[in-house]
Parts: sequence; C-alpha cells; structure tokens
Amino acid sequence: MTYVLQLADTCLIHAQRLGEWCGHAPVIEEDLALTNMALDLIGQARALLTHAGALEGAGRDEDQLAFLREERDYRNVVLVELPNSAASPSDGSGGRDFALTTLRNAAVAIWLELLYEKLLDSTDPELAAIAAKALKEVRYHRQHASDWVVRLGDGTAESQARMQAALAVLWPYVNELFAAPGVDGVGPAWKDVEAEWRARWGTLMQEATLSLPRDSALRTQGHLGVHSEHMGHLLATMQYLQRAYPGGVW
Amino acid sequence: MVNLEAARARLASLPDPEIPAVTLVELGIVRDLRETGAGLEVVLTPTYSGCPATELIADDVRAALAEFGPVTVTLQRSPAWTTDWISAEGREKLQRYGIVPPQCSAEQAIRFVPQLRCPRCAGGRTEQLSRFGSTPCKSTWRCIECGEPFEYFKSI
Repeated sequence: MTYVLQLADTCLIHAQRLGEWCGHAPVIEEDLALTNMALDLIGQARALLTHAGALEGAGRDEDQLAFLREERDYRNVVLVELPNSAASPSDGSGGRDFALTTLRNAAVAIWLELLYEKLLDSTDPELAAIAAKALKEVRYHRQHASDWVVRLGDGTAESQARMQAALAVLWPYVNELFAAPGVDGVGPAWKDVEAEWRARWGTLMQEATLSLPRDSALRTQGHLGVHSEHMGHLLATMQYLQRAYPGGVW
Repeated sequence: MVNLEAARARLASLPDPEIPAVTLVELGIVRDLRETGAGLEVVLTPTYSGCPATELIADDVRAALAEFGPVTVTLQRSPAWTTDWISAEGREKLQRYGIVPPQCSAEQAIRFVPQLRCPRCAGGRTEQLSRFGSTPCKSTWRCIECGEPFEYFKSI
C-alpha cells in the first residue's frame, strides 16, 4: 500500500500545484494545457488512491485518503510540493514561476513515464491497468513540457536565465525521485529508472542549452512522510472544503 | 427476461455528453452490455483517467436503461481505451461537427503531429496551437487560411 501511495500522492500533489495556474497561465492555450495535465494526474491519483484503499482494507475511499490524512501520512516526493515559485508571492509574481513549473513538470513526466512503463509488468493487475492508461497520458505531458523546456532554455537571454535559476532551485530535490524501494513483482524500486531518467534529462538539458548544477547531497524524504514547510500550507488549501463540510460530495 | 435488443438500441442512441454529435458506442466507450442475475450490466471504459464526463456518462447510461430493470455500470480500465476504437461512422460525424478525427494510430501518436485540413474551409495550411484543448481528448488548432480555430481529437 505504501508503494501505491507514494505514486498516488506524488500525482495528487503535483496536480494540485499545476491546478494553481488555472486562470493565471501566460497564454490561454497554456492555461488549458496545465489544467488538462492536472486533470489527468488527478484521475491517476484517484485510481491509485482507490486501489491503495482497497489494499489497506480498512474501508477508506479515494476522498478519505486524498482529503482526510495528516501531513505525515502523505507519501509524495518533496519536489512536487514545492511552491510554483521560489520567490515570495508578494514580489509581483503571484507566487508563480512558469520556468520552475515547466521544468518540474518535465522532470516528473519523464519519471512517471519510465515508472509506468515498468508497472505494465506488475503482478498486481489493477496497478498494471492503471499504468497502461496513465502511460498514454504522461507521454503527452512529457512531450509538451519538454517542448517548453527547450523553447525557454534555448530562447532569449531572459528566458534562459530564468530557466537556469529554476533548475538550480529544483535540482537538489530530484534525488528523491530514485529513493523509494520497490515491492517484489509489484513495482520496481525507483532506483531502477534512475539511469534512464538521467540520460533523458541530460539530452533535454543539452537541447535546451541549460547546464546542470552540481549534484546535491540533499536527500528529501517526502516518500517516508517527512515533508517541507510548504506541505502544510498546501494541505490547508486542498483539504479545506472536506474539513469544513465533512463527507461532502459532488 | 430483458429485451436485450431494445436495450442495446437504446444504449446506441446515447450521445456523449461533451461531444453530443457522436454516440458513446461510436466513441468506443461502451465495452459490453450483458444480462446478469441482477439485471443489466453495462461495461464502460474511461477515455482519460481524469475525464470528468466519465461519471456523467455512467449516470446517463443508468437513466437511459432504467426502464429495462436494475442496471449496474462497471468501469473497466484494461485494456486501456484508444482512439483506434472510434468507429468509422463516429469519425465522419466528428468531422462534420468540426472536430477533426484522429489521423493516425495510437502507436504513432506522440512524436507525430499530423498535417490537418481545416474542417470548415478544407484549407490545408493549419497549425497546432496547443497539444491540449477544451476537453482532455482534444488539442487546439487554427486554420491559417480562414483564420478559424478548430479542434483535433488526438490519437491516444
């Protein structure tokens, strides 16, 4: 169940951050794109959380898992809970940095694509079915986000500087994408996708004329429930409605 | 004894809630209609994991078949839905409705950006504005010749 939650929560929290762009993206096409990707990820999280609830066998459904757990019970990587901007929301950016969002989106999409490909062979048929469905979607996400990374990285001096700055912020958190152990037959250790992820990321950075920062010793542990200071704020927003109106449904 | 033929015909008449020009059966969302001990069972497959229409579709199906007795709707995820399952008739209707149907198989879908013809003026000079659109299944395009935007049902 923990393995499924680590994947489910990473999709869920990533979607929550992408969804914060709704109505704020630089162009309307991108507004649709970011929210469409968020929607796909929420769909994946729903399926995974439902499955996690079934594995747990305690009668918790997707809503209870998504909205009624405490911070330490979430198993997403810290990378996806970081705000959409490293700067303060009061600096005029509204707390949104498209460079950071785009880079993170590409990093997570490549990672999910690699994991889902491996999960096609899972001995857990439900997990394999979810992966088959989700794989088609994250391929679009990866393609879309990568195009933007190249366009902005290999763009103007301003866009490149901002991408490079965002990369410096995110890079230490990437380590966690390879931290969680696997479950025999059910799902691969995240480490198993590291080499391929780094190869693809390297190619993308080259295309985008971005240089990789030095590797960091930071080892965040969101997948073990140890989160950053941002997680509580994110959950306050995300859980508000369900906490205010317990049991509320559409 | 349920009149399966009549139920099947009723099911085949149900439009997609978001793209009413085509039916659910034409889109390939309906996997199966069968009789069980407890009434009718309809097996549906979601198009995209997060497609918000999925629940609406299940409600529509239940309501439409209610006259035939108790109805269970089952969601089946595997094998994953693909645009390859959209029927020829469905494709034609999409085109007439102004949504260009998928132009390649799901396998080719990601790298391949097709050269589309504008569904309004048939102009051949078109460009993709975004890989995403007003619903998860579509992307947004523009015709350079007539200037009109249009949508493309992307292969998946």
